[in-house]
Amino acid sequence: MLVNNFLILGAVLFCIGVYGVIVRKNAVLVLMSIELILNSVNINLLAFDRLWAESGNNDGSVFALYIIAVAAAEVGVGLALVLLIFRNRKTIALDDLSEMKG
Amino acid sequence: MMLASDIQVAQNIGFGIIAAVMVLAAIRVVTSKNVVHAALSLIAVMAGSAAQYLLLSAEFVAVTQVLVYIGAVMVLFLFGVMLTRAKLGKDVDLDNKGAWAYGAPVALLMLGVMVYVLTKGFKDTKISVSGKGSNVGQNSLLSDKIFSSYALPFWALSFVLLAAVIGAIVLARKD
Repeated sequence: MLVNNFLILGAVLFCIGVYGVIVRKNAVLVLMSIELILNSVNINLLAFDRLWAESGNNDGSVFALYIIAVAAAEVGVGLALVLLIFRNRKTIALDDLSEMKG
Repeated sequence: MMLASDIQVAQNIGFGIIAAVMVLAAIRVVTSKNVVHAALSLIAVMAGSAAQYLLLSAEFVAVTQVLVYIGAVMVLFLFGVMLTRAKLGKDVDLDNKGAWAYGAPVALLMLGVMVYVLTKGFKDTKISVSGKGSNVGQNSLLSDKIFSSYALPFWALSFVLLAAVIGAIVLARKD
């Protein structure tokens, strides 16, 4: 198989995730799009891992596992923040949070 | 020289089917008008990538993906959806108005650049996904790596997870 199969699949998922981050207003859906992006990066890392596996190098799998762990931590804190915002404002629409605008 | 066994027809067909399902489900994640449907489509994407990891003979990462993403993260997402009282059924207020007009060009431009660079850079570099004749997919090698040369990041990661758990509790508790 071509390594490009996996790399282009990763690129497609990454771009769909970026589109979701730009277009979505609901904070939970933006977090889901970020998960799509992280997942596409994992596909890339494992494809490269397989590409260089013949030389006994499996760093890609290690990186992928660490990314999964960091993504889990990120979702936990992110959803806690979303809950806090919802409790204080009764909405999680991201363009209502505009205090930082001058 | 290219042998008939180098083409790996079955693996290519499997890859194509799973990839098509993943892309369709991913598009549904970012376009669906129903938050719960978006979450369920995200599960399909995660399961599809676990299957791709199996195809790349990374069994341990595939199992971890199923456990952590489909088991834990998606439950967390569904709790988030419920606790923020998302509208059940259709919700018209999920997208920024007219944002697709600049979101779509940005995404397509990025996709174009990446596909161009990848096809130019890796032309027809092949990976073998038959999984025989090498040390591929041996979990002992993976654990050796994690607990020897990557031990320090491993410790750091455990502190990150601890901080994330405590931070989530501190942020989300009522008083």
